[in-house]
Amino acid sequence: MNMIGDIYAVWLREMIRFVRAKSRVISSLAMPFFWLVFIGIGIGSSFSLPGTSYITFLAPGILGMTLLFSSIFAGVSVIWDRQFGFLKELLVAPISRTSIVLGKVFGGATVSMITAMIMLVVMVFVGLISFSVMILVSIVFMALISMTFVSLGVVMASRMKGMEGFQMIMSFLIMPIFFLSGALFPLENTPGWMQVASYLDPLTYGVDGLRGALIGHSIFPITLDLTALALITISMIIIGKYMFDKAN
Amino acid sequence: MLATILSPTSGGAKLNGFSLDDSENVRRSIGIVFQDPSLDDELTAKENLEFHARVYHLSEQEKNKRIPEVLEIVGLNEKADLQIKTFSGGMKRRLEIARGLLHYPKILFLDEPTIGLDPQTRRTIWEHIENLNKQQGITVVLTTHYMDEADYLCDRIAIIDKGKIIALDTPENLKNVMGGDIVIIDTDDKEKFQKVLKFDWIKEIKEFEGKLNITVLNGEKAIPKLLDLSIKHKIKINSVNLKKPTLEDVFIHYTGRAIRDETSSSKDLLRSQASAMWRR
Repeated sequence: MNMIGDIYAVWLREMIRFVRAKSRVISSLAMPFFWLVFIGIGIGSSFSLPGTSYITFLAPGILGMTLLFSSIFAGVSVIWDRQFGFLKELLVAPISRTSIVLGKVFGGATVSMITAMIMLVVMVFVGLISFSVMILVSIVFMALISMTFVSLGVVMASRMKGMEGFQMIMSFLIMPIFFLSGALFPLENTPGWMQVASYLDPLTYGVDGLRGALIGHSIFPITLDLTALALITISMIIIGKYMFDKAN
Repeated sequence: MLATILSPTSGGAKLNGFSLDDSENVRRSIGIVFQDPSLDDELTAKENLEFHARVYHLSEQEKNKRIPEVLEIVGLNEKADLQIKTFSGGMKRRLEIARGLLHYPKILFLDEPTIGLDPQTRRTIWEHIENLNKQQGITVVLTTHYMDEADYLCDRIAIIDKGKIIALDTPENLKNVMGGDIVIIDTDDKEKFQKVLKFDWIKEIKEFEGKLNITVLNGEKAIPKLLDLSIKHKIKINSVNLKKPTLEDVFIHYTGRAIRDETSSSKDLLRSQASAMWRR
């Protein structure tokens, strides 16, 4: 019972910070928006996919990308907390490490879901995605994707001393996760080795699930995506908690 | 370690009756103010305190009553709704003290509370600390490198060197270890004066830089006696100076003059420093 209050306290702080940082909201929306417009229209005008336009195919992928980037960033913000000292306040408080990690995960997930939902509204508004009950299913996927990657961010933050290493993570972890997830192109026609790598990528199941829910086109059945992603999410949260414990 | 950040390698301790293993109760009994700021810059003063109240499980009513109370104690009531990034170093420190008090701790730990602050702010913080101890009845444990701070604030002082307590006593008793006050007298008749100074309240007489250094237990009372003697024996005195031992002298006396090589990590809270404490 206390634990819910503790998680809420940590979550609420993330929310206040999010509301204060308006420029962050705008910049985290700008990049996926440009991807959608320029890559979507640019590539879409030279290549075509059977059954659907490229920009429609891309739209759920861009949602996945939005969630990936803002979630990792939210998780890695533990480093800022450490550098600016607030983490000490958390660590000496009579609350469990689990509450701290869960509060961070839920807080970061809420923030990135708000960003992704704004994108989704825009997509529905311009007619890329049709409005249906399946949007609710996509919200479940968004929640799982964001919790997975906030946890991954927490793991990264536990291994890093300062923000200097963030560029490394960006190049060697986040970008490969993004490219291999099938957000930008169909995975079915890629060579076998790349498909294997893609199936090891948690975001693949997220993007595939979003695509299944929002445009009715997916590699795996939606239930398989959901089960796989839910298992990954739970494991990532547990790993995140373990690594956070070890680092502090 | 007492703040339950580090776990003991051996042995144990009790805080407010709770064993260190019971970290939740121990954490609830203590307030901590770290050396480096640990506030969230984006949040307002009030939001920082509200966060603290939540994680220390204060009820809604307690929270609403206590936040203005602690802000009052450190005189930050008017700044409650300002973001911390607009605060000066001294204001941040005062807010952290307020936060440390929020959950009615029995013991308050202050790690170098006035480091890097200007004299005015330093005085204000001293007043707050004194007030907490005298009026609110909170035991305060503070560490400091400033000897005058320890002398001014503390009832009992422990000198810690290389992680070990090497002296623990009241400031007065610690200073008495140095053997008393020194009265420095400049006179042209040094030999003659030295001959008449044969009393048991005079502990030692040394000549240093052409002046007489007379060690006595109580400098203020010794000076008139010494002057009376000089008049009686018709000895002309050019100047009189009183030097009382400071805690700094005591510190050097115990720890030696060698400069310490500090290889302390951020987790290593025990440094070569004076740690001071007082109790009620």
